[in-house]
Amino acid sequence: MSRKFFSGPFILILPSILAIGFVIIIPLIFSFYTSFTSYKLTRPDSLFNFVGLRNYERLIDNTKFWYAFGRTILFLAVVLNLELLFGLGIALLINKITWGQRTLRTIMMFPMMFSPILVGFQWKYIFNDNIGLLNNFLYLFGYESAIPWLIDKYLAMGSIMVAEIWANTSIFAILLLAGLLGIPRDPIEAARVDGCNSWQVFKNITLPFLMPFIFIALTIRSLDVGRAYDIVHIMTGGGPAMRTELLWTMIARIGYKDANMGFANAMSYVSIILSIAFTYYFFTKLVQARRDLGQQ
Amino acid sequence: MKQIRKIGFWFLVLFLLILICLPGIWIFVSAFRPNPEILSKPANWIPDRWTIHQFTQMFSINGYVSVPAFKYLMNSVIISSVSTVIAITIGMMGGYAFARFNFRGKNSIFLSLMLARAVPGISLSLPLFILFAKLGIINTSFGVILVYVAMNVPFTIWLTDGFFRQIPKEMSEVARTDGCTRLQAFWNVELPLAGPGIGAAAIFAFLLSWNEYALASIITRTVHSKTLPIGMMDYLDEFTINWAGMCAIAVVMIVPALVLTFIVQKHLVSGLTFGGVKG
Repeated sequence: MSRKFFSGPFILILPSILAIGFVIIIPLIFSFYTSFTSYKLTRPDSLFNFVGLRNYERLIDNTKFWYAFGRTILFLAVVLNLELLFGLGIALLINKITWGQRTLRTIMMFPMMFSPILVGFQWKYIFNDNIGLLNNFLYLFGYESAIPWLIDKYLAMGSIMVAEIWANTSIFAILLLAGLLGIPRDPIEAARVDGCNSWQVFKNITLPFLMPFIFIALTIRSLDVGRAYDIVHIMTGGGPAMRTELLWTMIARIGYKDANMGFANAMSYVSIILSIAFTYYFFTKLVQARRDLGQQ
Repeated sequence: MKQIRKIGFWFLVLFLLILICLPGIWIFVSAFRPNPEILSKPANWIPDRWTIHQFTQMFSINGYVSVPAFKYLMNSVIISSVSTVIAITIGMMGGYAFARFNFRGKNSIFLSLMLARAVPGISLSLPLFILFAKLGIINTSFGVILVYVAMNVPFTIWLTDGFFRQIPKEMSEVARTDGCTRLQAFWNVELPLAGPGIGAAAIFAFLLSWNEYALASIITRTVHSKTLPIGMMDYLDEFTINWAGMCAIAVVMIVPALVLTFIVQKHLVSGLTFGGVKG
């Protein structure tokens, strides 16, 4: 038994497991423990001050936390759906082009190389009420009063979403385009001969074929949703008056500024479970879509 | 009618291109002009006076250093490349195991590895900060490299698993009946064939390390280990932002990423989709 355990594949996977264990699993166990203590960075001895579920109870009572939680869900729902929609649109558009398609595809990957921190800074610059590109542009058309994109309580969230969508739509577009290019011509032509219109062809042939690719894109995207922290952190820092506070920025604020690690770690766990649930959901969908496609 | 539709179509494509490229071009242009000109209204797209002032300051060519960008750049290069090499080696071993062997709990191990990657950096940063401080590897390149290796391994496994699956099993089997060991067969047959794909995976890992902020901002404390994304924050004061300087360091950051991605972009897509579709 033990010999079998140390055989080929396990030895090959072992380094990966060790690396992940040290950097991800052990810290997670540690933070799970601290979420049951009143640990504050400023008072190291409080690490052993066990408070049971009090941090979690405080979390449930904390309306600011629930606002941030709801806002994070809303943010992800809006952003992921729009990215998928725009990505699909762009992929269909580029799929139609015969001349210069490769160049276009390369240009389309442009935003993928931008660090989220850079995306945040770049859009902070564009949306700046005073020197921003957007207000400067509107000024050209005689719109002289500066719009406070990142200071207004409603516009700020929208501005952040625009930045996030700009940065990540291309992942969807690239992967869906790869899917479109792989679709066999025969079923589409057969359907056309049988009198299907474009919409029917899209709905009954193209879309089912694209499903696995849609889930690949969603799975990959869901691995990185937490990186939205960088963008929000730079663009508004959670402001104005916490109107753009997402779970991640709230963790950073409570953990580092207020030095309240126990409470922040309890919150981290909520965000971790959220991310893992997203990834798990899309991954199982991907496996299922793959199986469906295999049966056809 | 058909003509109008065609023109409309190309306008849509053009609009899209502008939307994608404009922010980047604006940053690039702003990096090469004096700060007051950035504040001008209406915006002028072609600087009246081109200047490399920000770059000479950053790289202390005149002896005056505004932000130690060269040190940050070196840190970034070292941390990203070392962590990429290690992550690819480890991840490739894992990917090969998943593609070529059948063993108990294979799917659940694969899934757990992927889920480990889904943990948001900021949630991980609090415990990592404490752990690394206790171990004394806070504010060292070693600590950052360690973190990036672990972050990159799951995705590398996903990609390389897909690439190894594309290579027919028979090729390695033929080599082995001809007297190669499994390792020799891997080294001489499978690795060269999967080469471009592994290159793509490497670029992906490199870019993730190159661009990462949330974790590095906690683990790195001084110029000793700060990477470019963290160094960028030096241009951010309490009340003012040196926009031209920020644009300049952004250019330093984006150009290597741009070049690397263009080199492997073809394999990037096929790696992602093959790994996913042919499960």
